[in-house]
Amino acid sequence: MTRPAASLESRTRMSRALLIACTVAAAIAVSALAVLLVTIAVDGIGSLSWRFITSFASRKAANAGILAPLTGSVWVCAICALVAIPMGICTALYLEEYAKKSRLQSIIQLNISNLAGVPSIVYGLLALAVFVRFLGFRSGEQPLTFSIDWSSMQIVSPGNPDSLWFIQVPFGPGVLSGGLTLALVVLPIMITASQEALRAVPKSLRQAAEALGSTRWQVAWRVTLPAALPTMMTGAILSISRALGEAAPLLVIGGFLMVLQTPTNLMSDFTVLPMQIYNWGGRPQIEFHKIAAAAIIVQLVVLLTFNALAIFVRQSFQKPLQS
Amino acid sequence: MTSLPATTPFIRPTTRRARVRFRAIFERLIESTLFLLTLLSVLTTLSIIVILTRETWGFFTMRGADGQLLVPLSDFLTDSLWSPLLSSPPRFGIAPLVGGTLLVTAIAAVFALPLGLLTAVYLSEYAPNRVRSVLKSLLEILAGIPTVVYGFFALTFITPNLLQPLSTSFGTHSAMSAGIAVGIMILPIVSSLAEDALRAVPQSLREGSLALGSTKAETILRVVIPAALSGIVASFLLAITRAIGETMIVALAAGGGVAQLTIDPAAQVQTMTAYMVKVFLGEAPASGIEYQSSYAVAFTLFVFTFAMTWIGVLVLRRYREVYE
Repeated sequence: MTRPAASLESRTRMSRALLIACTVAAAIAVSALAVLLVTIAVDGIGSLSWRFITSFASRKAANAGILAPLTGSVWVCAICALVAIPMGICTALYLEEYAKKSRLQSIIQLNISNLAGVPSIVYGLLALAVFVRFLGFRSGEQPLTFSIDWSSMQIVSPGNPDSLWFIQVPFGPGVLSGGLTLALVVLPIMITASQEALRAVPKSLRQAAEALGSTRWQVAWRVTLPAALPTMMTGAILSISRALGEAAPLLVIGGFLMVLQTPTNLMSDFTVLPMQIYNWGGRPQIEFHKIAAAAIIVQLVVLLTFNALAIFVRQSFQKPLQS
Repeated sequence: MTSLPATTPFIRPTTRRARVRFRAIFERLIESTLFLLTLLSVLTTLSIIVILTRETWGFFTMRGADGQLLVPLSDFLTDSLWSPLLSSPPRFGIAPLVGGTLLVTAIAAVFALPLGLLTAVYLSEYAPNRVRSVLKSLLEILAGIPTVVYGFFALTFITPNLLQPLSTSFGTHSAMSAGIAVGIMILPIVSSLAEDALRAVPQSLREGSLALGSTKAETILRVVIPAALSGIVASFLLAITRAIGETMIVALAAGGGVAQLTIDPAAQVQTMTAYMVKVFLGEAPASGIEYQSSYAVAFTLFVFTFAMTWIGVLVLRRYREVYE
């Protein structure tokens, strides 16, 4: 090194300075979280009540509640989970247990990391074209509708929109489209999490099963998958909590609606908590900010429960595997 | 295999040979099903590209009553005004939207990248185990907070309590307020990925450096960080990608009424994402030029994030140091 050697004293001072800088940075990160949680709690706690959770939106802040967005979130995230979790696990299984290290496999892998970087609002545009409009199928006409009439055991068309078993084609901006949209958004996350879980299963377990004459699927189904399941479930819970917080792609497919009923079937109009928070938070009146903060509290409580569940699953079902 | 349960379903063949054949077909079936499901992710990317291209093409080939192109591609790229409603004829120059996006992203990056890296260094090099695990779960919570909450936080806390006391030029909405909120959002991404990269540096490198008489800071700055550089840069790129595509924070906090090309952090700006939200929430008719323009904006946004992801992949591939 061409620089003259610094004195030991200044080098030690430098060392201490870095320690202080790092500690301060970590403290700032944590205090940002603390300030955020405290201000929202202070803003919103006054508006939080049982009535707030069990009533519908209203033009008056004092009468408004979050029943519609809360049930909407539940429906949409349930659909998202039913689609994204199995698909994520299957894709991960293929990539980790079946695919050979080929060009195709590396393209698929690259594609997944690229999908993870696509802004969620762009998925909204995709979903709008594919799920809501079926690429223009029957555009300008009434959608085809069906429902199952259980008393005569028949599929009737046009369907009865009050029935639970009501489907229309194209789907339109209902809960089914919403759930599928969120599934698109979280699928890359779910795939990556499942892949990591599968990679963490020691090779020796697979080899033992193979040595006993198991086929590939038997190894995957009876050995690798059960061993990886707790970690996968943690990933699944985190993916779904990501879906719970998404608003942008849902705004694209349906816009914001003032929904005054809970969903009755897969085609029902819906709104979700983050959309409601956006709507209230964006208004200039302070009363609406208060109820937006209250809705955020509900949202964060749900998310923290999910996080806690993820930690619980990770800690209680994860058997230590020797490699 | 003689003691198969009596309840064996009829589908399971009984002779040994048939059983083996059945197994083989079953295996093949499973493999192809999994493969098809995997291809769906490739199909997703292709559909995004096809749909955005088709609609963007439609936007650039829209013709007015006089048969002239309404928005030639050259205007889109070079015009410095984005004004789909207020000016007549409407002007569609992408520069103000890209400028707004880059301004918010730059503010977020200036704030979050150094802070995130220092936090990562603290977590990986200094923090005692217990502090580390508590801190990591707190950062995990921060990472899980929906972005709309950060937008609300920017409006109700950052602007009135941090910015407005500082200078009277800050209104309700500003690039600065949104930028800080986006910064808080990407901070846990940087800190957790950079920490992974730092911890992957083998202990022996640190020990070697310390044994040669380096102080801890010298070890970190000249040995550990350079060794983890590719991972750190990748974490920065990922965070910036997220900032570029972030929607709800900027839709709430950056203003978004007017698109303007500016570097003034107190100014209101409109980003690409915020413009799209405005169009889809608004009353714009689905066949109109304003509606169609959102696809051209989405295409531009997609190109940006796609490029960032690729740079990240290349950095990781070319500069990754592998230690055993």
